[in-house]
Amino acid sequence: MTPFLTTPAPGLSRRGLLGGAVALSTALLTGCGTDNAPATAPSGQPKRGGRLRAAFAGGGANETLDPHLANLFVEASRAKAVYDKLADYGPDVSIQPRLAQRWEPNPDLTRWRVSLREATFHDGRPVRAADVLASYARITDPKRAFRAKASLAMIDLRASRAVDDRTVEFALTRPFAAFGNLLAAFGAYIVPEGTETFDRPVGSGAFVFDSFQPGRSLLLRRNPDHWDGPAYLDELEYVISNDESARINALLGGQVEYAHDITPTTARTHAGDRRVAITRMANSTMQGFTMKVDRPPFDNRDLREAMFLLTDRQQLVDTVLSGAGQVGNDLYGKGYQYYAADIPQRTRDLDRARFLVDRAGAKGLRITLDTAAVASGFVEAATVLADQARQVGLTVVPTTGNKDTYWKDILTNGVLACYRSGAMPIETHISQRLLTNSTTNATRWARPDFDALYAKAVSSPDEAARRQAYGDMQRMLHAEGGFLIWGFADFLVATSPTVGGVSADAPANTLDWARFDKVWLG
Amino acid sequence: MSLPRYAAGRLLLGAGQVAGVVTAVFVLAEALPGDAAVVIAGDQPDPARIALIRAQLDLDRPAGERYRDWLGDLLHGDLGVSLVSQRPVTEVLAATAAPTVLLATATLLLLVPLAVGVGMLAARREGGRLDRSLSAVSVGLYAVPEFALAILLAALFGVHLGWFPPTAVGTDGNLLAQPAVLVLPLLVLLARPICSISRLTRAGMVDAVRSGYVAHARRLGIPARRRWLAHALPNALAPVVQQLARTTDWLLGGVIVVEAVFVIPGLGTALVDAVTARDVPTVQGLCVLVAVTTVTVNLAADLVAFRLAPRTAGAR
Repeated sequence: MTPFLTTPAPGLSRRGLLGGAVALSTALLTGCGTDNAPATAPSGQPKRGGRLRAAFAGGGANETLDPHLANLFVEASRAKAVYDKLADYGPDVSIQPRLAQRWEPNPDLTRWRVSLREATFHDGRPVRAADVLASYARITDPKRAFRAKASLAMIDLRASRAVDDRTVEFALTRPFAAFGNLLAAFGAYIVPEGTETFDRPVGSGAFVFDSFQPGRSLLLRRNPDHWDGPAYLDELEYVISNDESARINALLGGQVEYAHDITPTTARTHAGDRRVAITRMANSTMQGFTMKVDRPPFDNRDLREAMFLLTDRQQLVDTVLSGAGQVGNDLYGKGYQYYAADIPQRTRDLDRARFLVDRAGAKGLRITLDTAAVASGFVEAATVLADQARQVGLTVVPTTGNKDTYWKDILTNGVLACYRSGAMPIETHISQRLLTNSTTNATRWARPDFDALYAKAVSSPDEAARRQAYGDMQRMLHAEGGFLIWGFADFLVATSPTVGGVSADAPANTLDWARFDKVWLG
Repeated sequence: MSLPRYAAGRLLLGAGQVAGVVTAVFVLAEALPGDAAVVIAGDQPDPARIALIRAQLDLDRPAGERYRDWLGDLLHGDLGVSLVSQRPVTEVLAATAAPTVLLATATLLLLVPLAVGVGMLAARREGGRLDRSLSAVSVGLYAVPEFALAILLAALFGVHLGWFPPTAVGTDGNLLAQPAVLVLPLLVLLARPICSISRLTRAGMVDAVRSGYVAHARRLGIPARRRWLAHALPNALAPVVQQLARTTDWLLGGVIVVEAVFVIPGLGTALVDAVTARDVPTVQGLCVLVAVTTVTVNLAADLVAFRLAPRTAGAR
């Protein structure tokens, strides 16, 4: 945690921000990421038993186990070990049922009936509709600020009801086709009704609480009655190590079997080391720049297009991500459901970029680029872009700001900033960041025609119409949006070769990422 | 000046110093850009959400008011609750102090005999080959920053040779449960103080042995061993004790680097975490602890030095 010891690795960006998590890769480029190839060379058949020790960066002595407060990687992983959501993100960030078996709308998509599967909490009580409603009420409590609150705000809980113990009927404030996205929202875990303390958390997840020392370790045991089949491991221990090199040292020294969040440099260093297996989770973190379209100079469409065209994406991937990623096409969610893969990949065109810069009257213009050591590669990306921009006559000046307040600072201030985001459905990305009334609209993109397309995409009962609307929105963004998305970083995990079942087909934030109930020790 | 009077004066000064430190820390924490609400909101900086978190954490009250309340609670021994976990700060301090205190104590226990012994040995052979090589090694070792040494030792003895555990991961802060994890951190912590204290001991001894009273003791026929240990050493140790106090402060507050490299969940780690999270009550609590410790240890050292060599120490 001292400046000379740590590169600002993603997990170290303390309130670490899965919502803007990190990383993605080449393996998935071709398919849309639904083939379930296991990642590490799993050592043969799954085996039962043993204790897996997993090292994560943590939040210090003040950590809590409240799943609704989950924010850091370790908190997200613990939450999914102990608790379940009604639904979660699959490998292509489509929605997979979890505690909810299925959900069906009324004709105008304003009421959704959710059937719960038969599941029990660790204390033996069944998971009931009342628990679901109580959990959502806790998350959306107007006096509190849980992360999933914004996602669930569309649910009108007063008009929602428990039909019976295993059926919930949700009322929405407006028609919404992507209802599953709400159920899978980050942090929308189901806790037993009335839970307010999490000293000894009771969930319905694959692991049962044993002991917890904040900032140090959490020990969990297998839940033999888990509805998704009991975990292979007898015990799962989370240990905290904020320093990335200490995590890899602990793995090499046999003190842990799993080290979360490894830099590409470390992965390369240990590429030939038989004590280490690296799993690359592709498409994990979108990497890009935001241009604010509501103010000079980027209110000029030509200049935005010039920025798209002057960027050497492969160079950014090779230097900033050390090659551990793939290029982006100025669109969020490569490989995810509804991604417009039919839009041709943009390539560098310096002549046209120069022409557009001239036409915009921006030759020699000095543009400040906000960056900070919030995530690995942020400062480097700014420097590389500045070099590339110089070649078309733009003077981009990287300015390093305060990393702890970076996201708030760039939301309203400045014109150009480094940006990244973890995996979420494309619909969620749009609703949080690209609508006129979005609360975290860092590009200040506000277009009534775009808002209308979004409304169509989420209120149409027809899948083809929805897909068409998502495609149209992405074509608009690709042509003249404020997001310059140059790449998608892999998320890297190092394990001991005895560990099997770590899925590579799991962008950060999805269900299988940092998930341990399908992992075994060989 | 009498010892009680000297002690009373120093105590008063110490209390003032603690008050000054906590006030300065509060002001500095307030002056940092952004508060805990902004940090907690992270990459979801929805202004409404930030305002809500701020209200929840009571951060919307004026800073002066919060400071007065905090000071009032402090006088009752209450350090407040963490902004992040809402747990009492005293609990956090108690949980994180154990590994740091253990490391500091073990370091001091090894440091004093080793450093004083090496210093005396060098003084004994003043100008000889042993003295010269000890000096060269101390100066060289002193020049190695602890983060470099820590990484080097972890890589060599922890990972490459596998002699000692490279980190304290998995010990849950109870380092004694697996004493082998202490070896590398202790080596790093000892490296620099051993150099400074052995050099001070050597210099003090060389001075003392040349002094009039030791020469007089020799003329009185007092044996060499007694001259060294009973006459020269106490005088030579006065500056050493004061340097030891500084080392103790450093060990309690400044082992951040060692804690980071070897993953020891101690006070240094807690401080870094708290500052990053803008968790002002926890930062304040830690600073009170460090300030009180520093003042107490230095007071004790000054009193011991005063007792060892009343003329020199009291005159300062």
